[in-house]
Amino acid sequence: MAYLTTHPDVVPVVSYRFGKGATNIDRYIELDGYKAARKAIEMGPEAVIAEMKASNLRGRGGAGFPTGMKWSFVPKQSEKPKYILVNGDESEPATCKDRLIFEHDPHSVIEGVIIAGLAVGAKMGFIYLRGEYRYLLNIMEKAIEDAYAKGFLGKNIFGSGIEFEAVSHTGAGAYEVGEESALMESLEGKRGIPRIRPPFPAVVGLYGGPTVINNAETLATVPHIIRMGGAEYAKIGTERNGGTRLFCLSGHLEKPGVYELPMGYNLKRMIYEVGGGIPGGRKLKAVVPGGSSTPVLLPEEIDIGMDFDQVGKAGSMLGSGGVVVLDETVCMVEFALRTMRFYQHESCGWCIPCREGTDWLKKSLTRVHAGGGVDKDIDNIQYLAENMLGRTFCPLGDAAAMPTIAFVKKFRKEFEDHLDGKGCPYKHSLQHEAVLA
Amino acid sequence: MATETTIFSPELAARFDKLVTLYPVRRSALVPMLLYAQDEVGYISKAVVAEVARRVGVLENDVVSVLSYYSMLRTQPIGKFNVQVCTNICCMLRGGNELFEHCKKRLGIGHKGTTADGVFSLEEVECIGACSWAPAVQVNYDFHENLTPESMDKVLEEYREKAQK
Repeated sequence: MAYLTTHPDVVPVVSYRFGKGATNIDRYIELDGYKAARKAIEMGPEAVIAEMKASNLRGRGGAGFPTGMKWSFVPKQSEKPKYILVNGDESEPATCKDRLIFEHDPHSVIEGVIIAGLAVGAKMGFIYLRGEYRYLLNIMEKAIEDAYAKGFLGKNIFGSGIEFEAVSHTGAGAYEVGEESALMESLEGKRGIPRIRPPFPAVVGLYGGPTVINNAETLATVPHIIRMGGAEYAKIGTERNGGTRLFCLSGHLEKPGVYELPMGYNLKRMIYEVGGGIPGGRKLKAVVPGGSSTPVLLPEEIDIGMDFDQVGKAGSMLGSGGVVVLDETVCMVEFALRTMRFYQHESCGWCIPCREGTDWLKKSLTRVHAGGGVDKDIDNIQYLAENMLGRTFCPLGDAAAMPTIAFVKKFRKEFEDHLDGKGCPYKHSLQHEAVLA
Repeated sequence: MATETTIFSPELAARFDKLVTLYPVRRSALVPMLLYAQDEVGYISKAVVAEVARRVGVLENDVVSVLSYYSMLRTQPIGKFNVQVCTNICCMLRGGNELFEHCKKRLGIGHKGTTADGVFSLEEVECIGACSWAPAVQVNYDFHENLTPESMDKVLEEYREKAQK
């Protein structure tokens, strides 16, 4: 049901089997499937990690941590079993890319998990999907079953004498579980509350054993890297940002969709050429470049390459690759409020700056949007958000604070226009009194 | 386990027997079990809590604590078809709020309400991962995307017909 959108600039690496029937394992094998896993067995762990480092692949979940480096942190010797954990709890608003991978190419995830397991010496992998993705869980379960039947999973994978087991797992609705330590808690059958770090999962993770946690897109990329070679993959992208990325274009665009483009692809071109520009000849007002937690960019800030470093330099983050385009009809206060309603709803309540901070920010933004705010409220919103930064167990606090600070800084005048009983100047704007229970 | 009485169908009971063996600890099966049990029973009843606790080997209190964390798990029955309208940012920009208002009017119920005939429930939900195909709705587990109030009516009509069969 989810599909990739095409454009001449698309570079199909992760998406190269999309729409080609690769959910069928025989078809997957025809399309070079499971070649990389066999190759990785011959290469051995160190060569696989070296290849991953050479690829400059950085985590596609949002933080952009170099994948090869992450794998190299796992201790070689461990008394406790090691694990691979696939984060398919895709929940960051504006992000809908892992869905395509699970739907069109589930075996690439399994193959990526096997290769990660070979690289770090893990014998078991878990593929965690968000609860809403039931149809994808069914696809994953079938794919795992087929891989066992072929001997690609089990006690003696590819006849190599190496053991590797894979299990698919469903969540039941929780954004917070997309955070790596909360994800482990959830998989252990508990409330998804983050763990304090250190120790990091690479040392003490799932069931207390060393654990590699990677986003689904990251792991689906791994077989392609092993197949084509790390250096070749790195060439597609920019410096320190190897390869391609599934960018999810949404909002006010003629052609929203998921497009696989090289890392470093120009954001302006992405909006106006790939996404077809803004409907009705309306003006661009703002762009959220990497999912709802990333600071908003102004129209004059979008002539940048979409890689982790360049977007970082522009004062935002590449995040999860969800590009949200806002035209001139959007009330930024309403947009900030809707963003905060989400984080307030999803805050797990474990630590105070996030639990209380998101709640007060939602209340303050609701009041300002409804016209009941005074000048001091704007400063208070900024003060609250700034004091959440870096003071929480997990990044959810930052995810709520960072965009809020940017909304206030870059659109302060618009916040002021709402004050002292004036209310929202935008016609189509809905009041947010009736918030989620 | 198999010799004890169960409130679940034989298929689901067998699935649970296997599920608890897949992980290094039985408790890892807890969240999926609750969701699958809800799919069959309709909600997490006290009897579901008791049996799941027994199967996993934890206290009933532990099960209640866990289930209260996850937004998809519910402790009350709802309508046959749960219409979940996303109003998060990407859907909002493309008419998600208006779609939710439309559903409220059309079904005559509000957020987390159920129609008198028990066919529909309505819920405003957070991002469901359909951002590039907004606005989107999930009815139970099925996605409906790129919706307008008109196409939403057709979707509701289809489910109403299904309910009558």
